[in-house]
Amino acid sequence: MSKILVIAEHLGGKLNSSTARAVSAAVAVKGEAIDVLVLADNAEAIAAEAAKIEGVSRVLTIARPENARPLAAVLAPQIAKAAAGYSHVFVPSTTFGKDVAPRVAALLGVAQVSDVMSVEAAHAFKRPIYAGNAIITVEADPAHTVVATIRTASWSAAASGSNSAPVEAITVDAALPTHTRFVELQQGKSDRPDLQSASKVVSGGRGVGSKENFDIIYKFADRIGAAVGASRAAVDAGYCPNEMQVGQTGKIIAPELYMAIGISGAIQHLTGIKDAGTIVAINKDAEAPIFEVADLGLVGDLFKIIPELEAALG
Amino acid sequence: MKILVGYKRVVDYNVRIQVKPDGSGVITDGVKLSANPFDDIALEEALRLREKGVAEEVIVVGIGPADLTAHLRNGLAMGANRAIHVTTADAVQPLTAARIFLKLIEKEQPDLVILGKQAIDDDANQTGQMLAAIWDRPQATFASKVEIADGKATVTREVDAGLEVIEAELPAVITTDLRLNEPRFIKLPDIMKAKSKPIDVIEFGSLGVEANDHLKTTHYAAPAKRSKGVMVKDAAELVAALKQKGLL
Ligand SMILES: Cc1cc2nc3c(=O)[nH]c(=O)nc-3n(C[C@H](O)[C@H](O)[C@H](O)COP(=O)(O)OP(=O)(O)OC[C@H]3O[C@@H](n4cnc5c(N)ncnc54)[C@H](O)[C@@H]3O)c2cc1C
Ligand SMILES: Cc1cc2nc3c(=O)[nH]c(=O)nc-3n(C[C@H](O)[C@H](O)[C@H](O)COP(=O)(O)OP(=O)(O)OC[C@H]3O[C@@H](n4cnc5c(N)ncnc54)[C@H](O)[C@@H]3O)c2cc1C
Repeated sequence: MSKILVIAEHLGGKLNSSTARAVSAAVAVKGEAIDVLVLADNAEAIAAEAAKIEGVSRVLTIARPENARPLAAVLAPQIAKAAAGYSHVFVPSTTFGKDVAPRVAALLGVAQVSDVMSVEAAHAFKRPIYAGNAIITVEADPAHTVVATIRTASWSAAASGSNSAPVEAITVDAALPTHTRFVELQQGKSDRPDLQSASKVVSGGRGVGSKENFDIIYKFADRIGAAVGASRAAVDAGYCPNEMQVGQTGKIIAPELYMAIGISGAIQHLTGIKDAGTIVAINKDAEAPIFEVADLGLVGDLFKIIPELEAALG
Repeated sequence: MKILVGYKRVVDYNVRIQVKPDGSGVITDGVKLSANPFDDIALEEALRLREKGVAEEVIVVGIGPADLTAHLRNGLAMGANRAIHVTTADAVQPLTAARIFLKLIEKEQPDLVILGKQAIDDDANQTGQMLAAIWDRPQATFASKVEIADGKATVTREVDAGLEVIEAELPAVITTDLRLNEPRFIKLPDIMKAKSKPIDVIEFGSLGVEANDHLKTTHYAAPAKRSKGVMVKDAAELVAALKQKGLL
């Protein structure tokens, strides 16, 4: 029978919703136990949040000052030790998980399944390759631990609230390197919804034209309570910070509503929004490829249309 | 110092890849192949470090079939001092690629290894991290800025929350993100010059690396298609449609 260890992602003492998404994937394995491992300096509050997630059997904590920041070189040896006795180790496929999971897999001497979209059986998974242009079914050897990252956009967060899984502090005997040090995290401060979990997202592209012009996107997003995203071209041109990039090499998201404004719809961008509920495209070029995937399209100048949308909202 | 650079050949990013009707793979016959864009960025960064006097030698590494030579020549034309070609007819999975790199590291003793954060064919995003693990050295993934001084690399990383800065003692593995730099174009005279640069050919079998095949791809499928939607005529109609769907 399968036993799954899910690695919790957290920041600033709060559990990231990507963890509950990874738990959903773990539930799909239909194993006998799902344990969540929290590595932190202060694990208590994070563990308490994780314990509420439905489907979780136990929450394990390793609280050490070295775990204050998610340095892969420091976390991986602890996770590799804690993985003993588990058939699967699941980590969200966020920059946190992408950084640490392969390091764990290599320490265990096993291959990793990246970006799991669906669980076909305990050792069979679907994952995208070629920017999502092909979906492969991968079978892992049951004789080895499966280390996998979970494509968060493919899984909804497991419900939270009704569970109260036991929390246990554990210790692992792992030598931690000091060759890698955290210096700082520069975070854009924003009161807007989080791009990765928002139900509505408004994104701007090169068509917005400048950093100043991007205000029109922010303003409209605020009006409808949406998070703000961007194309790579918009980020590269300095209109907005990197953490807003949506796509193959940015964030893969699945909001209920995605509005692409002044974005042409390059394949690398579309990779990031394939699972969105409704895609709206606003572009002055009627031939733009974004219209091929949009549920609702409107041809025209965004600087004219956005004020009209605001007016129509009443 | 010496820098080892991963230089993988992949299907060009402009190619719209098609799945074979029988689900046995993707159609790669006759499609355009190019350097993995992240590896061009890795090579560019290494060359800039050499131009700044931080590094003396830049070596591009390719793992793949015999016809990889022309691709490696491009890396040499871009400016690498020499190339290493590990020949294998089989596609290697990331852990095997990492083990191959480790063998080359033992031989070459580089101070820095720069790889792409992901190869755009398999999108695995694993090799650099796996290499750092088995080499027992630091990793700085998704780099958008690299500074080398006093035996360490200070690297700005593009993470979901913003930009993270970490310090890594050398030797270390860095993987590149898109905004690290803009790779230079190869000029015709450089292609001529590159013809005389050395390419070491190493047979994969001679490295003593255990090929790791814990994963088997059993089926390829085209992704579920989104159907084309409807065009609306103006903002009022769009808002009405979204309200009707309960989205506004
Ligand atoms: C390896 C690799 C990875 C990549 N990863 C990503 C990624 O993660 N995310 C990503 O987004 N891209 C990515 N790209 C880049 C991608 O190929 C495109 O270059 C990029 O998405 C284009 O951004 P854009 O649509 O904003 O710009 P453009 O393609 O320039 O499109 C701008 C659009 O705005 C429209 N427009 C202009 N003015 C107006 C106006 N006034 N009103 C209305 N419409 C207007 C134009 O008609 C045009 O369609 C990647 C590329 C590579 C090679
Ligand atoms: C015919 C065919 C069949 C395949 N079958 C399978 C399969 O069954 N299962 C499977 O998992 N994959 C399969 N692949 C994919 C192939 O094995 C991938 O290249 C491999 O998994 C590595 O993944 P990646 O390149 O995405 O690694 P990443 O970890 O995304 O690569 C990151 C970086 O590592 C370096 N690097 C990686 N590989 C090389 C290399 N060869 N040469 C130089 N530098 C390199 C580069 O710097 C690269 O940017 C197949 C490919 C082909 C063409």
